[in-house]
Amino acid sequence: MISNLFKSKIFTLLKVQYSNMMEYRVEIALWAISGIIPFFMLNIWTNNNLNESLNISDVMLSRYFLCAFFVRQFSVVWVVFSFEEDSILGKVSPYLIQPLNPFLRYFAQHIAEQITRFPFALIIAFFFFIFNPESLWIPNIGTLFLSIIATFFSFLIQFLIQSIIACLCFWTEKASSVERLLFIPTLFLSGLLAPVVSFPEYVKSWIYLTPFPYLIDFPANLLSGNATNINGGLSMQILWIILLFPIFKKVWALGTRKYTAMGS
Amino acid sequence: MGFGNKKIYGHGIMNPRKYLRVYTKFLHTSLASELEYKTNILIDLITSILSLIGSIFLLSIFFQNNKSIGGWEFEQALIIQGIYTILNGITNTWFNPNLTEIVKHIREGTLDFVLLKPIDSQFYISLKKITPSGFLEILLGFCLLLYCIKINQITINFSFLTLFLITIICSICILYSLWFFISTTTIWFVKTWNATEVLRSFLYIGRFPLNSFTFSLQIFFSVFIPIAFITTIPSEVFLGLSQFWKIMLEVFVTIVFLFSSRKFWLFALKFYSSASS
Repeated sequence: MISNLFKSKIFTLLKVQYSNMMEYRVEIALWAISGIIPFFMLNIWTNNNLNESLNISDVMLSRYFLCAFFVRQFSVVWVVFSFEEDSILGKVSPYLIQPLNPFLRYFAQHIAEQITRFPFALIIAFFFFIFNPESLWIPNIGTLFLSIIATFFSFLIQFLIQSIIACLCFWTEKASSVERLLFIPTLFLSGLLAPVVSFPEYVKSWIYLTPFPYLIDFPANLLSGNATNINGGLSMQILWIILLFPIFKKVWALGTRKYTAMGS
Repeated sequence: MGFGNKKIYGHGIMNPRKYLRVYTKFLHTSLASELEYKTNILIDLITSILSLIGSIFLLSIFFQNNKSIGGWEFEQALIIQGIYTILNGITNTWFNPNLTEIVKHIREGTLDFVLLKPIDSQFYISLKKITPSGFLEILLGFCLLLYCIKINQITINFSFLTLFLITIICSICILYSLWFFISTTTIWFVKTWNATEVLRSFLYIGRFPLNSFTFSLQIFFSVFIPIAFITTIPSEVFLGLSQFWKIMLEVFVTIVFLFSSRKFWLFALKFYSSASS
């Protein structure tokens, strides 16, 4: 009964947010385009034969960066910006009264946006294959399934981290600058601009203990068929989710206790 | 009456002293409001330092097993990085906060108030706000450039400084025009906030030497989004490698960009119908 109610809640939320997102198709298309940096990076890598020393062929590298693009498309999180705006405008108070955690609403928003984004990402991939026909490949069902899970886990990790940061809004009002700070290591260490294998040894020795390589590098390697430790990657992702979830719960509980509505 | 109107609206007459006075007021108010969030500024400072470290780290990966990329050595590529950092700081200090505001003005219909003011609307919209945390980025960029002067053994003389100054000012003007172009399209499309995000991601390429890309992309980045003019030419001037015609071309491109972005704004305003009409 309870789980049924929960399911119908999620379903309604998704439906509402999906129609909401369909209103902003052009924006989402532009979002998708703004994620094409990995392709420029690929251009630098292959044009200067930087990948020779890594023992990765041009084709495998181009698949890697295409997958990095895809993983990034489906793991973009902006919950902190939404929450900050809502909290400054005083919209959080009515959300708190409802018998539904506001973050579920944001969660549905993100999922709905990803569904809307999917066709645009496919179009960009289509153009990519027109320019690089030799890198066309079809991953088998098993890897595809695993990499979808890995991408979803990557999304979950980022969603949890950002939700924790978003909860800081209860204390400081402007939490998005913390997010911008955290975005820098995400950008450079996640594998979006350069695969983690290419990193120097002194970085590689500790980076696999941080969540960053599991955000883009691991799912992208998995999907593109490059060498990667599947079990290790997935278990590290799960470990981080298990670690972050209670922190979020705690910060949320503390924050709502601290919260004083607008005007009080 | 006609004369009075002219005095109030200042059409046709640009009084530099008045504009300077207004600008100091702008500076004062926006600094006061930004300093409300002191910890924010501190975090932004750390962010810009980390960001520079990150891009140098990325560059060092590229040069791990290669001596040069697109004809640029690591020490030379650092110059591009420095110039990019300065320009990015300027973008974050002036362009970004103001021009994202245009989107808000148009969506909420407050552009009416701007247009009614007895001051040039482009001036008001482009310079109203300032985000001081971008200053550190500009400073960091200059420090990196000073370091580059040392490691590349560049001799500084008068002609070097003037040429460098000319090219960097041109870069700033081109960059401004690009931002202003995109923001102006808001008048038709209402929400182009994401379009600025697209521009941002394209500009990201300015961190790397243009020659490191394939020929087709080089053409694209010279013609459609003139990143070549924005960071590569000033860096070449910095190294004393640039030909004279390239600098002249940059000046020419800058004039075209500034002029057309102004015309485009005035053209777009004709299509502006305020929020409730």
